[in-house]
Amino acid sequence: MAKTRRDFLKISSLSVAGIAAGGGILKSAVPSFKDTQLGNFGPLDNKRTPTYCEVCFWKCAGWVYKNDKGEVKKIIGNDEDPNCNGRFCPRGTGGVGMYHDKDRLKNPLIRETGKNGKQTFREASWDEALGLVAKKLQEIKEEHGPECTALFTHGSGGKYFGDLLKAFGSANIAAPSYAQCRGPREVAFIATFGDGLNSPEPTDIRDTRCLVLIGSHLGENMHNGQVQEMSDAIDNGATIITVDPRFSTVASKSKHWLPIKPSTDIALLLAWIHEIIHNEWYDKKYVEQYTFGFDELKEYVKNFTPEWAYGITTIDPNVIRETAREMANAAPSVIVHPGRHVTWYGDDTQRLRAVAILNALLGSWGRRGGFFVPEKLSVPKFPHPPFPKPKKTWREAMNGKYNLAGLALASGVCDATIPSPELDCHIRGWIVNGTNLIMTLPDQKKTIEAINNLDLLVVVDTMPMEITGYADVVLPECTYLERYDSLRVVQGREPNVALRMPATEPKYNTKPAYWMAKELSKKLGLEEYFAWNTIEEMLDWQLKQIGSSLGEMKRVGVKKMPREYGGLYFQEAEEIEFNTNTGKIELYSTALAEEGFDPMPVYTPHKEPNPGYYYLNYGRASMHTFSRTSNNPNLVDLMEENTVWVNPKVAKEWDLKNGQPVYLENQDGVVSEFPVKVRVTERVRFDSVYIVHGFGHANKKLSRAYGKGVSDSQLITRVLVDPIMGGTGMRGNFVTFRFEKESEVGS
Amino acid sequence: MREEIITSGRMNPHIDPYLEIWHWHIPLYLFLGGLAAGILFFAGLYVILGKENKYCGAVKRAPIIVPFLLVIGLVALFLDLKHKLYFWQLYTTIKIQSPMSWGAWTLMAITPLSFAWAAMHIREFFPKWDWKLPILKEIERFLHQNKLVLAWIMVILSVILGIYTGILFSAFNARPLWNTSILGPLFLTSGLSAGAAIIILFSRTHKERNNFAKIDILLISIELFIIVHMFMGFLASTEVQIDAANMFLGGPYTAPFWIFVVIIGMILPALLEVLELRKIKIPVVLPVVLVLFGSLMLRFIIAYAGQMSRWLY
Amino acid sequence: MRYAMAIDTKKCVGCADCVVACQTENDVPIGYCRDWIVEVTDGTYPQLEIEIRSERCNHCENSPCVRCCPTGASHYEDGGIVTVTKHKCIGCGACIVSCPYDARYSHPEGYVDKCTFCMHRIKKGQQPACVAVCPTKCMYFGDLDDPNSEVSKVLKQRKFKTLIPEAGTKPHVYYLI
Repeated sequence: MAKTRRDFLKISSLSVAGIAAGGGILKSAVPSFKDTQLGNFGPLDNKRTPTYCEVCFWKCAGWVYKNDKGEVKKIIGNDEDPNCNGRFCPRGTGGVGMYHDKDRLKNPLIRETGKNGKQTFREASWDEALGLVAKKLQEIKEEHGPECTALFTHGSGGKYFGDLLKAFGSANIAAPSYAQCRGPREVAFIATFGDGLNSPEPTDIRDTRCLVLIGSHLGENMHNGQVQEMSDAIDNGATIITVDPRFSTVASKSKHWLPIKPSTDIALLLAWIHEIIHNEWYDKKYVEQYTFGFDELKEYVKNFTPEWAYGITTIDPNVIRETAREMANAAPSVIVHPGRHVTWYGDDTQRLRAVAILNALLGSWGRRGGFFVPEKLSVPKFPHPPFPKPKKTWREAMNGKYNLAGLALASGVCDATIPSPELDCHIRGWIVNGTNLIMTLPDQKKTIEAINNLDLLVVVDTMPMEITGYADVVLPECTYLERYDSLRVVQGREPNVALRMPATEPKYNTKPAYWMAKELSKKLGLEEYFAWNTIEEMLDWQLKQIGSSLGEMKRVGVKKMPREYGGLYFQEAEEIEFNTNTGKIELYSTALAEEGFDPMPVYTPHKEPNPGYYYLNYGRASMHTFSRTSNNPNLVDLMEENTVWVNPKVAKEWDLKNGQPVYLENQDGVVSEFPVKVRVTERVRFDSVYIVHGFGHANKKLSRAYGKGVSDSQLITRVLVDPIMGGTGMRGNFVTFRFEKESEVGS
Repeated sequence: MREEIITSGRMNPHIDPYLEIWHWHIPLYLFLGGLAAGILFFAGLYVILGKENKYCGAVKRAPIIVPFLLVIGLVALFLDLKHKLYFWQLYTTIKIQSPMSWGAWTLMAITPLSFAWAAMHIREFFPKWDWKLPILKEIERFLHQNKLVLAWIMVILSVILGIYTGILFSAFNARPLWNTSILGPLFLTSGLSAGAAIIILFSRTHKERNNFAKIDILLISIELFIIVHMFMGFLASTEVQIDAANMFLGGPYTAPFWIFVVIIGMILPALLEVLELRKIKIPVVLPVVLVLFGSLMLRFIIAYAGQMSRWLY
Repeated sequence: MRYAMAIDTKKCVGCADCVVACQTENDVPIGYCRDWIVEVTDGTYPQLEIEIRSERCNHCENSPCVRCCPTGASHYEDGGIVTVTKHKCIGCGACIVSCPYDARYSHPEGYVDKCTFCMHRIKKGQQPACVAVCPTKCMYFGDLDDPNSEVSKVLKQRKFKTLIPEAGTKPHVYYLI
């Protein structure tokens, strides 16, 4: 029962003269540098300013160069940056397109309902827009309590809105990168090693002798540092083993490609564990000294032979044996890569547990060529009063489930927004920063239902993404090339810090997130939490605490610091206390057992497609980040739409031709909004199709992306929720082809 | 299955998915150039042979249109240029290996010549024409005195121009369809055939008409022979040239080429001309138009098909 | 001095970074490109192989484009780099047609444009933008006449091929296989 029915609004293009407020605060004043030690990069006579990339979560640090007219010309990696080693990926290099994109959000917008009931967006001044947000937030606070607000964020500006929300009194701060992406992996590794992987993952790929990728398509996902190191590993003659139903790019670089039947990975992993234990190929000293539950594991896997797995996975038992031996031969310099987007079938934590166990048996955790021990700087926050303690969180709506989830679940917050009898108060206000929830969360219908139950939806973004069409207030953020942000402090082989500063003044009437949050804090009476006068002052204060300064960082962009807490790898027989219940690496997980889950990974068969339907597999292309880049002019140039990959046998059956547009219909009768072109290719298995995620935009204001390709999110209506941590498995969907859009089945 | 794709979206306009850099301008220009060459060739030839008065249509009447043909051709060529203001750069250098350069310079020479030739014979059409200025009269006299020299120059230049229209294509080894030296003779013959056809239209005597009908039939036969020869050559060559030939032997250009160029543009007019020689009444204009149409289509089809033919790698 | 590039098809993942880096470095207009990625898949599932190549002008030693240019706008620079002098180009398109690799295009301003091996960068001792940015470091650039250049060294160690050698153009871009 929707209270306020929201019409999806296209962002108004009626450009009322921009109401500039405080335009001059971001004057960039950086001297030009002629630094010859950067021999490889850039015409050095151009002005350059440091930044770190915002096109994906890898956050590579680089330099922004401008042309003679002062326009952003190019972005080049910072040689000192451990995330990119001076080399940006295509999306980072094409980040300039984000700045130049003429479809950008230009002015604050407020939703209005006219006399005829028609809803429109009206351009507003910043003061009015922020005033409205503050007023509505206060109303929610007074009526329902501050806990009934939430923030969704996937971007650097989220830090400031996060602080604002915490100061306001809510802890509902969720990033879709957890429950929709890497969450199960973190929970599994914490359950096993007592530590999650975090980002960037501490995989020592450059020194590995054997890299095992399970559904991870490095090279198509441009996790920059990892792709670079994989290339080094190829140079060093490392063996790559790829498990993927699709012949991915990295599969073509692999010594062994295992064209596995979709959804059967756990069976393969158990067979590998079986082989390694059965043949006594595991690292005996390591297992004995560091692990807990080996005997239980040995007993548990004794029947999981390669022959058993063959019947499930369709992988030749000899290949399973041979690849297990390859791993063992390379151990401990072996990485069974945990992957990144791992929410597949709902048993993902268990699958990642199997990955973790395999790594533990091979002794790769904490070893050269396996997983190194990362270190991260600790940078103090600018002093502020303690945040109030919220009385409740989104977890109330979970009925005691997902206790092992370490971070907030975006899907959980979404659930907690939909009123239900168990909830005494559902969430009423959302701030959404830099994440297009419509395409990011599975089950679009549910997301829209949640949105319809909101009193306030504020969207902060640079582009008119679909989510902006549902907003009450749209706040146009300037791009990362036009703003300061919080310091980038990420883990790595060496602790390091990177600075982002504006290369140029914000275009149009756009503002940085920190400015919006600070202004809002004033209107909400929370300014004591934002006690700095300028962001420069705040950053400089922070940097001085770690022995640097804003001045220095403007000059160098990235600063590496010496490690403080020991070596990169475990010492021989070093005493180590792992952060688990037993203090050991838990092959048998006591934490999972306590919560009533299987302490060792169990293979469960998953639903298979009906005849005429195919597994809907999706992935990434090197040129795009999710749906956020699909309107970027430079990147659209490289790839303007996705295609549906179809095996020639399937194409023959359906009489599909290369380039032919078709609609996809999923098992629940949902038909894709747009047609997608067929790519007939041997690279995809006969029981599945493959599409690149992030296309099929429905907002006409995205002039380049509108109607290009198909959105996998729209077709993911069967969500397999991980009972352990609430991850939303999205690979249990099946599609068939339709040649016309009209649905036979009324949906 | 082999799959070869450009994955970075290379979509340079007119380059991908297949080349379309030359549109109607170039084939039109080549047609007009070939036609002009054909007319001037016969005009020069019959002067050299001393049969100027017997073949009045060829020597004196038909060349009157040549300046117009060349000017229209040059305009088409100019319109094709994308950096037009720099047109004059063509005449700052002579590039021996560049057919374009050859063509530019040949046209530079033959166009004024064609004007002069037309001026010399203007009285064929306007008997009372008077040049008025003494200097012009002087020039006219000088030209008439040296007509034989002019005729020689004209024959040589027109052969160069006629062959050039084919060489322009055949010099590109990047386009397998064009990369055959037989294209020069083919286009030359086609140009001569079109020239002969135009002369038929301009000639006033039955004898001259018959003569050029015979010449035309001979030229069309040579053309057909060259075409067969060309495809034999392609089919006996490398894969890319076999592919190129296959565009005409079952591929997308099969119907247009064999119907428009060979049947309508060559065999049919040749038959009509044979019938005419056998004293069967045929409208004069019919075979002429068909030959011109065939000649034009030949260039259009070769120009477009050639851009579609490419190397595989 | 003979500049050349070697590209390792075993390491290239076809990410197209070279394409966008070239675009921003050389102000190549949106919708155009001087380099591009070709992906060739052979075989039948699951016996498959892929070759990925980053392609661009081959800076041929025997360049048909230089030969056919009527004005001398297309010419060789020091080190055998094939470039176009804007103010000499009449935009006749002959060089575009002459290139078996389709490496040239007609710039919206009328002249013909193409890869220059980033001559402006080489002159400063930098590497071409595509080479400098490549995340897999699969591209090597240098002087073939210098036995110690990266490109000479890698060509000594590895098997390689050029594209359409039968066209007789003598390309200076080599693909390590």
